[in-house]
Amino acid sequence: MIAGGQSLIPLLKLRLASPSLLVDINRIPGLNEIEESGDWLRIGALTRMAEVEASTLIKDGYPIIHDASEVIGDPLVRNLGTVGGNLSHGDPNNDMPAVMLALGAEFVAAGRAGQRTIRARDFFTDTFTVALDLDEILTEIRVPRHLPRTGGCYIKLEQKVADFATAGVAVQVRLAKGGECEEIGVGLTAVGPTAIEAASSEDWMRGKKPTDSAAIRELARLASEETNPSTDLRGSSAYKKQVVARLVSRAFRKACERARGAS
Amino acid sequence: MTVNGAKKEAEVEPRLLLVHFIREDLGLTGTHVGCDTSNCSACAVLMDGRVVKACTVLAVQADGREIMTVEGLAKGDRLHPLQEAFLAKHGLQCGFCTPGMLMSAYALLMENRHPTEDEIRKGISGNICRCTGYAQIIESVQQAAHSNKW
Repeated sequence: MIAGGQSLIPLLKLRLASPSLLVDINRIPGLNEIEESGDWLRIGALTRMAEVEASTLIKDGYPIIHDASEVIGDPLVRNLGTVGGNLSHGDPNNDMPAVMLALGAEFVAAGRAGQRTIRARDFFTDTFTVALDLDEILTEIRVPRHLPRTGGCYIKLEQKVADFATAGVAVQVRLAKGGECEEIGVGLTAVGPTAIEAASSEDWMRGKKPTDSAAIRELARLASEETNPSTDLRGSSAYKKQVVARLVSRAFRKACERARGAS
Repeated sequence: MTVNGAKKEAEVEPRLLLVHFIREDLGLTGTHVGCDTSNCSACAVLMDGRVVKACTVLAVQADGREIMTVEGLAKGDRLHPLQEAFLAKHGLQCGFCTPGMLMSAYALLMENRHPTEDEIRKGISGNICRCTGYAQIIESVQQAAHSNKW
């Protein structure tokens, strides 16, 4: 199946994938809406990354998504690449999975047996493997609707524009009225066989105050410990683990800043 | 499909890339293949008004769509203000990336007629140039933005 093709066609060109049949789903109508309804922000799976980037609804209410949309590929890739594709391709280097993990998003899948909802944390099962059956496609991404005192941030370290991340970190927080971290999500890109939700670091930080520097250091350390980056041309595993720790710290502070500004 | 305003029709293999259709079937060799890895954007064209990598689109996906290549910028002998600006400000050396740069710049200026330098840098960030160091390209786009000949 081909949507934007910005991940698939490069695979075809390298002969890493040789499907005998491709179904082009680009012209299915109604799958590119961005809207808030009920308890959710709903993003159609065929929404182009450029549309996400241009959306003021997303930039104002869900800046973590906007951050990622700016650094995925380049402007040409973003004109065709879709949110659904970036999620269902299953590449540990894609940026949106970590964002959706941090947000606690859900995905709607449609197939012959009907429609079902899959939580982001159950979706990314292995490298290039997601929890979709062969006859299913993603139709919609649902993000919990923006609440007061929430903020998020995505930071990607890349060697150049349109590169894959050396490491990418997504942090979403909700602060209590007293300022403590009431809820937190931490998603990591490119530092394991799939996108990773750094659950132990999340558990640690709940209830702690953003002014507690020692707590933030431990948050960063715990997140880094959950990674298993490979040593490659972007750096050694040890280097990438350090990058994760630094980026978690920065993203957490920025997310809290936005949460305070948003209230 | 429509290419630079002219209707074109052909039967092609599903695996044919749009860039190869443009260059080999249509003979429009202004669009360049620079990398084979979907990185460089020397192959940039407009498809329904959006700048895309023609090497990363299957020709069949362009069915029914409007394509604009670099050949569509000039009107007969009259260069487009962008092309004039690239000439005046030395926005090219070897010229290999230039068609893609022009199409990305064109798409940028169609959306934002008065971009800041940062917006220009971001707008052409998908296009790789190995010769110029980009400075002259940015000046060319700035000059084109100021032209009132559009």
